[in-house]
Amino acid sequence: MKIVLSVTAPGIEAPIDPRFGRGATLLVVDTDTMQADAHPNPGVNASGGAGVQAAQFAAGQKAEAVISGDFGPNAFDALKAAGVAMYLYGDCQTARQAIERFQAGQLQQVGAPTQSGHHG
Amino acid sequence: MRIVVASGKGGTGKTTIATSLALGLAGDGSAPPPIFVDCDVEAPNAHLFLKPLFEQSQPIGIMIPVVDEALCTHCGKCAEVCAYHAIAVLGQKTLVFPQLCHGCGSCTALCPEKAISERLDPIGVIERGPALEGIDFRRGLLDVGKPMSVPIIRALQKQVTPRPGQTVILDAPPGTSCPVVAAMQGADYLLLVTEPTPFGLHDLRLAAEVARELGIPTGVIVNRDNGPYPDLETFCRSSGLPILLRIPFERAIAEGIAQGKNLVEIQPEYGERFRQMFHQVVRGEKA
Ligand code: SF4
Ligand code: SF4
Repeated sequence: MKIVLSVTAPGIEAPIDPRFGRGATLLVVDTDTMQADAHPNPGVNASGGAGVQAAQFAAGQKAEAVISGDFGPNAFDALKAAGVAMYLYGDCQTARQAIERFQAGQLQQVGAPTQSGHHG
Repeated sequence: MRIVVASGKGGTGKTTIATSLALGLAGDGSAPPPIFVDCDVEAPNAHLFLKPLFEQSQPIGIMIPVVDEALCTHCGKCAEVCAYHAIAVLGQKTLVFPQLCHGCGSCTALCPEKAISERLDPIGVIERGPALEGIDFRRGLLDVGKPMSVPIIRALQKQVTPRPGQTVILDAPPGTSCPVVAAMQGADYLLLVTEPTPFGLHDLRLAAEVARELGIPTGVIVNRDNGPYPDLETFCRSSGLPILLRIPFERAIAEGIAQGKNLVEIQPEYGERFRQMFHQVVRGEKA
């Protein structure tokens, strides 16, 4: 499955960026192969709607989950509408660490996953 | 004549001066009392000085898109065209974010499926009523959480239709951003209020630059004047900005303002001083 993470630089060892809409880089990771593609965050310089743009990017990548430190109301609504699950970094330091914890089911999920895709 | 009172930042006494000018002109029997428009829609406070009795209230809104999911093909054209990222296509859903939407109508116009209609989204109100000395007072009030001043300021501007000889005084929001430019548009004259400090001068420069770009004749009022500040004098002289009035830094004035009085109430001679300043502006003379 595909996961999108907000990070400060490209690469699977990149340090996390807690800001979803304003983090420098969005990392798209295929958890089956651990291949990581870095994309500049489309919202990083936007005057408004950064979270919406990042959410749209994640939805466009057909990601099943997003991991970040903070989801604003617009990003939350957008990801929820797209049926993308949201998880928090907690005390993870790097993208790899976050994915390992995610796979182990140790990350905290935001919102109610069973309802994603129904409302919004 | 439309006069806009502005300042590069808040706290310079802009509203005190705008309201005192209004009262000064209202005391001139030869012309109808002025129209006063408080354009600081995020934090209006001119009513504290002019004490209007609001008689009319009119809701103001913008038209925001509503997507008919039955017609939408999720082609993404609307999201592409929206400069504010207020509409997004997320898989099989198209979502509108009313807080971000500026009501420009681009998405509605461009949707190839005609899947978008529009509804009115209220963003605030315009209030109107008579104030002290027969001043025709108007203000806009933005709803909390709607960062959308410009449509309200435009609506205020549009509703101002002065009688012959009636002056319009517009109190601009502080700063030099879009709402300020919206308030300045259509002005015949701009009064920039500043203080004789480095910060005051810095903000005056920015505001004077905006005025120059808009091509509005401009004069300066120095508030809280406590002696000569050569940098300010030099800037005004080299930019061709006349200093029309200096209001000294005095305890009596500061205390009066803190009690919600304006200059004309605190020291009645200011009524005449503001009238004289106004006539100087009208005659287009430089100080
Ligand atoms: S442009 Fe029209 S059809 Fe295309 S995604 Fe937007 S609302 Fe749907
Ligand atoms: S009306 Fe304009 S700002 Fe609002 S969603 Fe459509 S394109 Fe964006």
